[in-house]
Amino acid sequence: MPLIEIVKVSHSYPQTTGRLQVLTDLTVTLNEHRIGVIGANGSGKSTFARLLNGLVLPDSGQVRVDGHDTRRHGSAVRRLVGFCFTDPDAQIVMPTVREDVMFGLRRRGLAAAEISARADRAIDEFGLHGYAYHPAHLLSGGQKQLLALASVLVTEPELLVMDEPTTLLDLRNAAAVGEIVARLPHQVILLTHHLDLLTGFGRVLVFDEGRLVCDDVPERATDFYRKLMG
Amino acid sequence: MSVIAEYSPGTSLVHRAPGGVKLAMLAAIGVVLVVLRGWWPPLAALAAVICCYALARLPARTVLSQLRQLLWVVLILGVAQLILSGWQAATAVVGTLLTLVLAAGLVSLTTTMTELTDILLRLLHPLHRIGVPTERLALLISLSVRSVSVIAALAAEVRDAQRARGLQASPRAFAVPLLVRSLRHAQALGEALLARGLDD
Repeated sequence: MPLIEIVKVSHSYPQTTGRLQVLTDLTVTLNEHRIGVIGANGSGKSTFARLLNGLVLPDSGQVRVDGHDTRRHGSAVRRLVGFCFTDPDAQIVMPTVREDVMFGLRRRGLAAAEISARADRAIDEFGLHGYAYHPAHLLSGGQKQLLALASVLVTEPELLVMDEPTTLLDLRNAAAVGEIVARLPHQVILLTHHLDLLTGFGRVLVFDEGRLVCDDVPERATDFYRKLMG
Repeated sequence: MSVIAEYSPGTSLVHRAPGGVKLAMLAAIGVVLVVLRGWWPPLAALAAVICCYALARLPARTVLSQLRQLLWVVLILGVAQLILSGWQAATAVVGTLLTLVLAAGLVSLTTTMTELTDILLRLLHPLHRIGVPTERLALLISLSVRSVSVIAALAAEVRDAQRARGLQASPRAFAVPLLVRSLRHAQALGEALLARGLDD
């Protein structure tokens, strides 16, 4: 399981009037199997998630995944860390389901037969076997999120970061995605507003106004969050 | 209905034919129709392309949807040619247009984007030696095809929002949010490509 070290990280985004501070002096070390991240919109949790695979490089401080600095070894970090976005439409890059699952594998330089076998296995595992040649944009919201998940996991990352994967889904699809995530053998960092998905997690971080304000087991962290939201 | 012809899975002879052969045939039809004058070659080629659709066992509605998108162009062009140059020229122009669009549609309907991208990559290979990022160029083309359906969906959403707010006749109220959403999508796509190993 990769060790994630975040040391004195601060980050801001440019605005028309100065800069918007989104993370301030964050230091945390993570190595649990299941880690939840919660916080209000704009609390800095999405920026935190993007730091973990080098999609965002911090203004100051350092992020290391399994010893790799995201600033200097971005490509190596992204091989270790799979990332699932809130909106699967933004993540699906190829026209059909099978082609999208194969996309990440083709970039790894694997043999064609190996790519096909792994893609077909992933499509089956995620219940998309009837849709292999289906246009990806015509799938339902839940199926799109499953496709996004299959396309990330087929490349066999060690850590999976999921940025609110159930926010755009109805209750049934959200529960289905939650069940799949619960069964994954991977280390998972899950950002969510669905607090029930955090049951059984090893650790939950609560962000507020760019600061880590609570770092505890799920019950205490979610209680803290509920009080914080008033 | 899709804006462009999307891959329709199948196991027919046309589906199984190598993508390179299909693209070469498409180019050959184009050249032959330019070289051979007269009204009958386009009609013969059109009949051949329709036979290929039957061979590919594509649903009739797929062919009809391709034709429906061409209806107004064919009508305007056909009538103009008929008035200005007579029936033979009108038949040749309309026949050529229908043949080429249907043949190109047949290639798209029976060949996956991955196969088309691979062919493109092979064609561009000589440029790779002089430093052109051919793999990214091929990826750019396949992403452009995927983006057509995404932008069409965004446009439909913006149009619905416009109707809901009673702004039917405002081109600005349509163009501005569509542009903003398209740019947001482009930014998210860039992030997703990076996350999925584009820099490997």
